[in-house]
Amino acid sequence: MRTTLRVNSTTHELSVDSRLTLLDALRDVLGLTGTKKGCDQGACGACTVIIDSQRVLSCLTLVATCEGQDVVTIEGLAAGDELHPMQAAFLHCDGFQCGYCTPGQILSAVCAVQEVHAGVPSHVTRDVRQTVNAATLSDEEIRERMSGNLCRCAAYPNIVAAVRQVLSSADFSTVARSAEIEVES
Amino acid sequence: MNAFTFERAARATDATTAVAARPAAMFLAGGTTLVDLMKVDVLAPDTVVDVRHLGLSRIDVSDRAITVGAAVTNSQLAWHPVVRDRYPVLSEAILSGATAQIRNMATVAGNILQRTRCPYFRDVHASCNRRKPGTGCDALEGFNRGHAVLGVSEQCIATHPSDMCVALTVLDAEVHTLRPNSTTRSIPFRDFHLVPGDTPHVEVALEHGELITHIVIPDPPAARRSRYLKVRDRASYEFALASAAVVLDLDGDTIRLARLGLGGVATKPWRASEAEQILTGRKATDEAFRDAAEIALTGAVAREHNHFKIELAKRTIVRAFAAARDANV
Repeated sequence: MRTTLRVNSTTHELSVDSRLTLLDALRDVLGLTGTKKGCDQGACGACTVIIDSQRVLSCLTLVATCEGQDVVTIEGLAAGDELHPMQAAFLHCDGFQCGYCTPGQILSAVCAVQEVHAGVPSHVTRDVRQTVNAATLSDEEIRERMSGNLCRCAAYPNIVAAVRQVLSSADFSTVARSAEIEVES
Repeated sequence: MNAFTFERAARATDATTAVAARPAAMFLAGGTTLVDLMKVDVLAPDTVVDVRHLGLSRIDVSDRAITVGAAVTNSQLAWHPVVRDRYPVLSEAILSGATAQIRNMATVAGNILQRTRCPYFRDVHASCNRRKPGTGCDALEGFNRGHAVLGVSEQCIATHPSDMCVALTVLDAEVHTLRPNSTTRSIPFRDFHLVPGDTPHVEVALEHGELITHIVIPDPPAARRSRYLKVRDRASYEFALASAAVVLDLDGDTIRLARLGLGGVATKPWRASEAEQILTGRKATDEAFRDAAEIALTGAVAREHNHFKIELAKRTIVRAFAAARDANV
């Protein structure tokens, strides 16, 4: 079947098998191998990408369903040679060892920070009626919000530190560039 | 994965017509159940109809109810300010399930229609009456630590995995559908899911090609004092061993009305009506909650590895009610 796929602001015309997942389309058709295949069954988060400003799993997304949507992968996060603040934070905090889960961790973290700044609760928020405050967010809450991304090297303490560094950063506009979430009112 | 024809429906009637026309056609929304189970050949539709573009992604709020479109995502619903204010049990239940990525994909209708996580259901080499009627149930004498103790039969003991549905059952939600003959109907949430009995493959009260369009959640003021408590093996990203959704309406320290739903221990989102009734008019003490818990688990049937769930569920119920009682509302 024919479909179009818009990735990192470039639109591709594709002829694909209807069974093709977004993950395999990115890696095998477009050559964007930054997005990783871990479990391929929605359990590990290595394949996380951002679609229409929301973090999702590309392994459980059929590419045919992506027509008309905007996909951002790790290759689309930096502005030229200037790293995204979350990429810089992972480097600064040493938030990885082997690096295989890192693209998914970073894209997930970008959205997690955006969600915190939008004030939306998580499972560990004491009262879901509260608006969450980035300045007072606990490590437990960062871990909960990042629980969809497994790291077999267990770099978790440094990943939490990287997320906190960006959460605490005054320069939030560059993060918001890549992920905007809307909460209905 | 079996080959299939992919269609994107523009209108709800197109979607129901397309699926009704083919016995092996299925609706696709967020894909977190369907694509997953297609990859392991448990589901093999010959036609997949994408229903995420039918204009069913709105949450409409009125004084008496909220109406939630079928394609609203789990995140969208859990984060909605009115849901958080009026039905904290619903936000809490959704946020306790899966991960941020999956909640961003999964829809409300898809969550209601999600399939069991029973490992024998997910393994095409195992015997499973739910997946393949008449083949037996490997869970009965197998590794059944995660399986149900309520609503079970000799044909199936698979646990219903949803957290969201446990909250919806205590909120008396209604499921609204469009049938292939273009008529509509509404199904009370409590009647939507079916216990396995002798037909575990018949899981819900829908005909083939019938599409969930929206759900309606009434607004009892009592729902503001409501909680969802989930007990599981990991702190996050794990299905419930036992969970309780509770609503308490208090007059001072006397219970005017109580509602109780159970997850992780039953073959469908479980409403414990008899337990609710014995709480009416009693003081909201831990002792009263323990009495209700005993009644809620009356009739529970355990297998070799899941006996612990009976006591665990009782303690979960007591803690959930106590948390609701002690909440600042």
